[in-house]
Amino acid sequence: MSEKVWIAGGGVISGIGLNLRACLQSFRDNQPGMTAMKYLSSVHHATFPVAEVKADNATLAEMAGMPEEISRTALLSMIAAREAWESSGLGDISRYRVGFVSGNTVGGMDKTEDFFAGYLKAPNGGRLRQVVHHECGSITELVADMLGIRHHIATISTACSSGANALMYGSRLIRSNQLDVVIAGGTDSLTRFTLNGFNTLMILDQEACRPFDETRVGLNLGEGAGYVVMVSDSLAAQVQPWCRLSGFANANDAYHQTASSPDGIGNYLAMKGALDRSGLQPQQIGYINLHGTGTQNNDVAEGTAISKLFAPTYPLMSSTKSFTGHTLGASGGIEAVFSALSVKEGIVYPNARFQHQMKELPFAPETEWSEGHDLQHVMSNSFGFGGNCSSLIFSKV
Amino acid sequence: MSIYINGTGCVSPQQTTQGGPLLAALKEYEQVRLAVVDPDYKQWIDVKQIRRMSRVVKMGVAAANLSLEAAGLTAPDAIITGTAYGCLDDTGVFLKKMVEQQEEMLTPTAFIQSTHNTVAGQIALLLQCHGYNNTFVNRGFSFENALLDAMMILDEGGADNILVGGMDEITNYSHQILSRFGIYKKAPVKTMELLNSPDSGTIAGEGAAFMTLSKTKGSLCTTELKGVSTLYKPLWEGEVIGHIVQFLEAHNCTPEDIDLLVTGRNGNIDQDEIYEEVAEALFPEHPEACFKHLCGEYPTAAAFGAWMSNALIAEQRVPDAVMFYGHPPEKINKILLYNHHEGTHHSFVLLTYAE
Amino acid sequence: MTDLKAQIIEQLNLQEVTPESIGDDQPLFSKEGLGLDSIDALELIVLLKQHYNISITNPEEGPKIFQSVRTMAEYITANQTVKA
Repeated sequence: MSEKVWIAGGGVISGIGLNLRACLQSFRDNQPGMTAMKYLSSVHHATFPVAEVKADNATLAEMAGMPEEISRTALLSMIAAREAWESSGLGDISRYRVGFVSGNTVGGMDKTEDFFAGYLKAPNGGRLRQVVHHECGSITELVADMLGIRHHIATISTACSSGANALMYGSRLIRSNQLDVVIAGGTDSLTRFTLNGFNTLMILDQEACRPFDETRVGLNLGEGAGYVVMVSDSLAAQVQPWCRLSGFANANDAYHQTASSPDGIGNYLAMKGALDRSGLQPQQIGYINLHGTGTQNNDVAEGTAISKLFAPTYPLMSSTKSFTGHTLGASGGIEAVFSALSVKEGIVYPNARFQHQMKELPFAPETEWSEGHDLQHVMSNSFGFGGNCSSLIFSKV
Repeated sequence: MSIYINGTGCVSPQQTTQGGPLLAALKEYEQVRLAVVDPDYKQWIDVKQIRRMSRVVKMGVAAANLSLEAAGLTAPDAIITGTAYGCLDDTGVFLKKMVEQQEEMLTPTAFIQSTHNTVAGQIALLLQCHGYNNTFVNRGFSFENALLDAMMILDEGGADNILVGGMDEITNYSHQILSRFGIYKKAPVKTMELLNSPDSGTIAGEGAAFMTLSKTKGSLCTTELKGVSTLYKPLWEGEVIGHIVQFLEAHNCTPEDIDLLVTGRNGNIDQDEIYEEVAEALFPEHPEACFKHLCGEYPTAAAFGAWMSNALIAEQRVPDAVMFYGHPPEKINKILLYNHHEGTHHSFVLLTYAE
Repeated sequence: MTDLKAQIIEQLNLQEVTPESIGDDQPLFSKEGLGLDSIDALELIVLLKQHYNISITNPEEGPKIFQSVRTMAEYITANQTVKA
């Protein structure tokens, strides 16, 4: 039984950098990742900007040490998971009881949608190797096999909160002494399936998105992967942990399949539950990494829930999706790494393109990069379809 | 700590939604693709909501409701599901239109219903359950991970009653594509002869099975869920055997204490070999029962196996249709459910009679 | 308007609803009416595009246009450029 669960490292690949340090530099330089589509092939390429990882599959495959023809989602996952592991300084992975818990939303859909073009023409059309990794779990296993992880493998798919929920499950595996180490987070590559899906909901912005701005009209999709390495008390003593995962909660909005309730009841319950679990009061939170997609509905629901919970004093806040785009199943993992690093290094990330105060809210997001804050506790929010609301809290030692 | 199964519900290719004794009216098939026997879903779902639901969502909602009814609850504190394939039908509908209409004039319904957590989300919506809600999607571990998550949360005291389920559906697309991988029998086979089939390949199945778990024993509860464990890609059969011994030891018992072994034999002679080897090494004289000739093979079939094992303990009776080896035990105190999917995902569930 | 009602029923997969049972002025979205929601509004936007070649780019316009079958029909008449 480990009383506490520690963050011993992290790795990120996203539209603003191929590793965590490169992502940080993009925040410092105020360089968001949204551009015209270059790697995803879609009829909407000139309409919707996206935050693509700036590398083709051949380059990513070489970085990952995996074959190019497997799903881009697995390549991204491998690159970030390996960076996370190496940053932990734990060394030979075979020495520990290790789990890999990864979230994603559509598995190897980037290849399945290519397969379907041939398959719909004839039942024996399309190459089977393109659907062999369709399942979400297959993506996780490709990476687990490469990393040499066998003790516990799990994949979580709860839409946009998948990556955050992976940390919750992983921390329980450590606390219950089933594992010593868990690499947890999420991955998703851009696909036509998700791009077109979000387009049917009419929530894609044709310009760079403006989270928490009064004039916001929608989100930009992104892609990437992000993982933390979580360890038990006994392993934490051997490394220099960044911080600990002190609280978390998942709650359901139970309002609508896709839309958030106007007062953000699920968001409120998730944040409140995470505070309760960590034994903290709202005013002890120094910074919130917002879900902040930039849709009308999300930002007002999330903001309303924050107002209700935190009034009258608000922590610093920002949506890093204004840089990375919304990376769906990866976002909870990527933002967990950003948040854990925020505690470790006192960083507050900028919220790009914020200009107009939302009339419903008494607070505004931070617009500039800043560091040197004394952040004791940082919250990270991730909310998804199916009313799935998750909140994580990272705390200083 | 004890965890009790206070109620279960199941929608399957057998008549499992009507109540009454297990397999009172056995359904026999002669085909390679089994479909669930649909109950009247409008018992649980209002017509306004049912119009958007694909089969797997309806199956899941029905099995969840049956489980809660059996446990005497109107809503749980948490909902956790496992599904390897997720909502295949809506995924296929959206993909087809996207390809055929070249990404134009698409509608949102199939997309929003295609996410893997649709079933868990819809159950929460229908029951107005604001509690913890999670969905595991790791192939042959999907249901087992959900079960483990529920046990850990109950152990922490994070919930009183948790609804846990596993479900998967077959669609025309998925069946056609999976058939191309050569995993099914080439010719129709009688389900009651499946397990003695002399060749490779199995039959496709589908279904949804839920259980309501609690640390407090319900008035109609007969079964305690002692533990669940998974083993990923064992290198050889000795590793499986060693894992079972350790798993049983962790729950203070030995192979001798097991009254009935329930296995996931699926009639594929290559994949069933490991069950033979395990039985020979650890359970040579034990009676063995099976379930995949009743529900077919799918990644969350272990949920059906767990549902059936609970019923065997509840009824203290093993119907002839499920006996595979030996004679039914007089007293069913402990059941070990051993299942594997595709030879790569092995799982173990230990159930005992609740005093 | 009967055609339009049939198209709505098909697009939204409304069960146990016939064109005759939908009143011309019956509210489509309130609970007393058909009880449709925001997803249905998006489906109706595609219906207008598919059957009448009318594009609505701002989903916020939906509630006004889709008050009832009559308001929808009036909007179609006013905006239709190409006969479907």
